[in-house]
Amino acid sequence: MTDEPPVASAARRVAALESALEARGLNAKSFVDAHVRSAEQDWVPQNGARVVAKAWADPAFRERLLNNGKDAVVELGLSMPAHHRHLVVLENTPKVHNVICCTQCSCTAYSIIGLPPDWYKDFEYRARVVRESRTVLREMGLDLPADMEIRVWDTSADTRYMVLPLRPAGTEGWSEDKLASIVTKDAMIGVARL
Amino acid sequence: MDGMHDLGGRQGFGRVRHSRDADVFHAEWEKRSNALLAFAVRQGWLNMDEYRHAIERMEPRHYLAAGYYERQFTGLVTLLVEKGIVSREELEGIAGASIPLSLPSAPGRSNAPGRARFQAGDRVRVKQDFVPGHIRMPAYIRGKTGTVVAESPAYPFPDAHAHGVRAEDEPTYDVAFSSEDLWPHGADAALVHVGVFQSYLELA
Repeated sequence: MTDEPPVASAARRVAALESALEARGLNAKSFVDAHVRSAEQDWVPQNGARVVAKAWADPAFRERLLNNGKDAVVELGLSMPAHHRHLVVLENTPKVHNVICCTQCSCTAYSIIGLPPDWYKDFEYRARVVRESRTVLREMGLDLPADMEIRVWDTSADTRYMVLPLRPAGTEGWSEDKLASIVTKDAMIGVARL
Repeated sequence: MDGMHDLGGRQGFGRVRHSRDADVFHAEWEKRSNALLAFAVRQGWLNMDEYRHAIERMEPRHYLAAGYYERQFTGLVTLLVEKGIVSREELEGIAGASIPLSLPSAPGRSNAPGRARFQAGDRVRVKQDFVPGHIRMPAYIRGKTGTVVAESPAYPFPDAHAHGVRAEDEPTYDVAFSSEDLWPHGADAALVHVGVFQSYLELA
């Protein structure tokens, strides 16, 4: 048995790469600082919540959103990275429930619904939700009626998905801002209903 | 490649550790690693297919033991070393310890010849392709039959794009599979929709 050299902590590995790039005069540090801020401030589920609220309040927008999600979100001042060429919006109904995942990595429409939460990237969710959808959703607190059809969407290409939740009863007459305030990242992934 | 990353339908995993309003990041280095990936893409050093494949090439024990952002960083740093942007010796010198990289890549491939155009409602079968390089066909649909629902815009063909092989962009088809067809007597009832590249499909 040979003695393996010690492995650097992940934090040291990342810092080493950042210093090496900085040493080349590439201004990596200022880019990274700005990107860290935008990841926290710009890629948030409030973006998708505005899209959902608008779709609930404005039937013509809902139609455009379901036809071409990527064009429709631009109307609200949102954008998607260039390699996300398509956004498919999955409308829940009283009889159909949609849930999204990425079994091979952890792809998401992060500029719209926010960066993926930790459990979405864990092996348990990636392995199980395609095969044991009803069981996994129940374990996560969403016990769907037996006659509710489940559709699971595996993000295997650079098409991105978001769930359009069903508008809850009792929200008639609410402003779009108030509607947006009840829309969660979990509901846009499809592990919760509102 | 039939790698460790291809988890859809694997059994033996426990409950999802779900929490409401779950965190996205757990440490500052995770945010900086995520940003360094964006920096590398901006510099034109790598594309997302190369990046995903570099993660898939992680030694399986390392893949399973690493969290998401360690996998992300390992894919990124592997590509930057392979492309000669940084050297492993330089990085390990700065870090004062070793930096694990992914294993080497196998050859990629170009689009399938004579690709067919499909229409919504067509019954299609996923070809029995076994390739050593990158592929975006989850193994649980290999050889399975489903129904075309829609066609996407054309994308770079991952099996080529991850390897610097020339290929035409091609659409994916949103194909709906019955979970009963995917795992007979072994799954909860559902329709499983997968975006399947045109090269992977034939009429059933």
